[in-house]
Amino acid sequence: MANVLIVAEQSGGAIRKATLHAISAGRELARRTGGELQLALLGKGIGALAEELAGYGAGVHAADAAVLEHPLAESYAPVVAEIARAVQATYVGAAATAFGKDLLPRVAARLEAGMATEVLGFGGNGAEVTFRRPMWAGNVLAEVEIATPMKVFTVRATEFPAAAKEGKGAVRAAAVSVDAAALRTRYAGFKEVKSARPELTEARVVVAGGRGTKGDFKPIETLADELNAAVGASRAAVDAGWVPNDWQVGQTGKVVAPELYVAAGISGAIQHLAGMKGSKVIVAVNKDPDAPIFQLADYGLVADLFKALPELAGKVKGSR
Amino acid sequence: MPLKILVTAKRVEDPESKIKVKPDGSGIVTEGVNYKMNPFDEIAVEEALRLKERHGGEIVVASIGGEKSATEIRAALAMGADRGILVRHDGPLDPMVVSALLAKVFEQEKPDLVILGKQSIDDDQNQAGQYLAERLGLAQATFASKTESLESEAEQKKEPGVKLAPDGRSVAVVREVDGGVETLEVTLPAVVTTDLRLNKPRFASLPGIMKAKKKELKELQAAALGVDLAPKVVVKRLESPPSRKGGVKVQDVEELWKKLHDEAKVV
Repeated sequence: MANVLIVAEQSGGAIRKATLHAISAGRELARRTGGELQLALLGKGIGALAEELAGYGAGVHAADAAVLEHPLAESYAPVVAEIARAVQATYVGAAATAFGKDLLPRVAARLEAGMATEVLGFGGNGAEVTFRRPMWAGNVLAEVEIATPMKVFTVRATEFPAAAKEGKGAVRAAAVSVDAAALRTRYAGFKEVKSARPELTEARVVVAGGRGTKGDFKPIETLADELNAAVGASRAAVDAGWVPNDWQVGQTGKVVAPELYVAAGISGAIQHLAGMKGSKVIVAVNKDPDAPIFQLADYGLVADLFKALPELAGKVKGSR
Repeated sequence: MPLKILVTAKRVEDPESKIKVKPDGSGIVTEGVNYKMNPFDEIAVEEALRLKERHGGEIVVASIGGEKSATEIRAALAMGADRGILVRHDGPLDPMVVSALLAKVFEQEKPDLVILGKQSIDDDQNQAGQYLAERLGLAQATFASKTESLESEAEQKKEPGVKLAPDGRSVAVVREVDGGVETLEVTLPAVVTTDLRLNKPRFASLPGIMKAKKKELKELQAAALGVDLAPKVVVKRLESPPSRKGGVKVQDVEELWKKLHDEAKVV
């Protein structure tokens, strides 16, 4: 029997969708090992969110304290580690978001546990669990074993389904013994990049632009809005300062796997492909017929994106 | 206030090299593969150089690995770092081992700041900096970035993105998080890990390369540092990801629309 603790993530008064995918991973592990799934939620004034989270049928350990207002790894790690010990968790996981990637290694260090990042699935037999994860920018898939008694991991959200609500777990208050005065980290502000569009990693359709836009993302954004899609970008477009950092799709940016991915003016560097090749249908629009992106696109169109995208947006509009 | 900065320079496969898995899945094919400093570590070295140019101080560059890792230390010295420490260890590493060894180097050197790449592009774990901060009981500011773009004036002037407080006791770090950027102030000593948009690393100059040959490069033996060197994350098997077949070229938007709407039914 091996208990599983999944660390939930909340922001702006809601549970992040990525957490629901991590819950699925947790359920799978608990089923395989015959253990129990537990959830941890940290923050300030999170009572209602803890109740909502309990709707996923697992016990929720809610650490609610002023010192936890902002998700600082330094203050969150000891709280999560304490919950993990209290519930005798063998596995401690979270979604591989910026939050999870920042926090979980610190939790692992505290638990003297080895960790697997960005897990795509579980292997092994029965209770002997191995972790499948990408290496070398997704050019290699590795099966790894964690040899410490406790095992920590983050999961790539797109590889696990979003958990549906089932049953009702109990909400318990978790102890918070963090001394605010002793913290060496001070939160000094957040600049939100606002968008009315769906979140990149959660969107059903993504329209992305690259160097070929020459900095003009209008056609990309217009098509995206017609399709109710998120907007993505290649590293070249982000580095040039044309679009915000968090639009970047790629090994070093966000990994997406929507039903439809439209890459416009993106040549298809390995590091970009690693971030989107899990998409169900890939469309490439590029002036260069030799662009590597065509080698993995389901539908390739050699054309000027400034002509093709508005035309496609018109078709979408006309079909409604 | 001068800063003593410890930076890392891991030897990794060149990201431009084609990575292929050996038929038996025991490792990757190393023939024909070039090696270089982890690109995220190059950004760490660059940031350290900018901080030193602004505030003075010393930059110590550490690498853990076989004898060849000296090449990556020399590369950082050629960029302008002051001296190097090679922690000799042949055999597999994982972030637990790496952070335990770096903690030993930290105890010997007592730097004000440690800057590491957020991940190395071979194992892509993104853990060593966080483990190190926890082991040492320090604050961490991961995924350091900056609000200005890499085409901005601040970048042209090679201004550091990591800002030292006037009293010299903390640094402010802009971090890339989901949905925006966050700023943290961390008390020194602290651990910072670098994201891609923090800076554009400089190339080593010819005089820099010549000077680097004379700079101090100390060797430590990992086995003598009292650290458990057995990796806890053990790679059992490697395989190539399923390849994606290229599809069809369409002639025009009309045909593309038909494919998407009638055939794939995704729009």
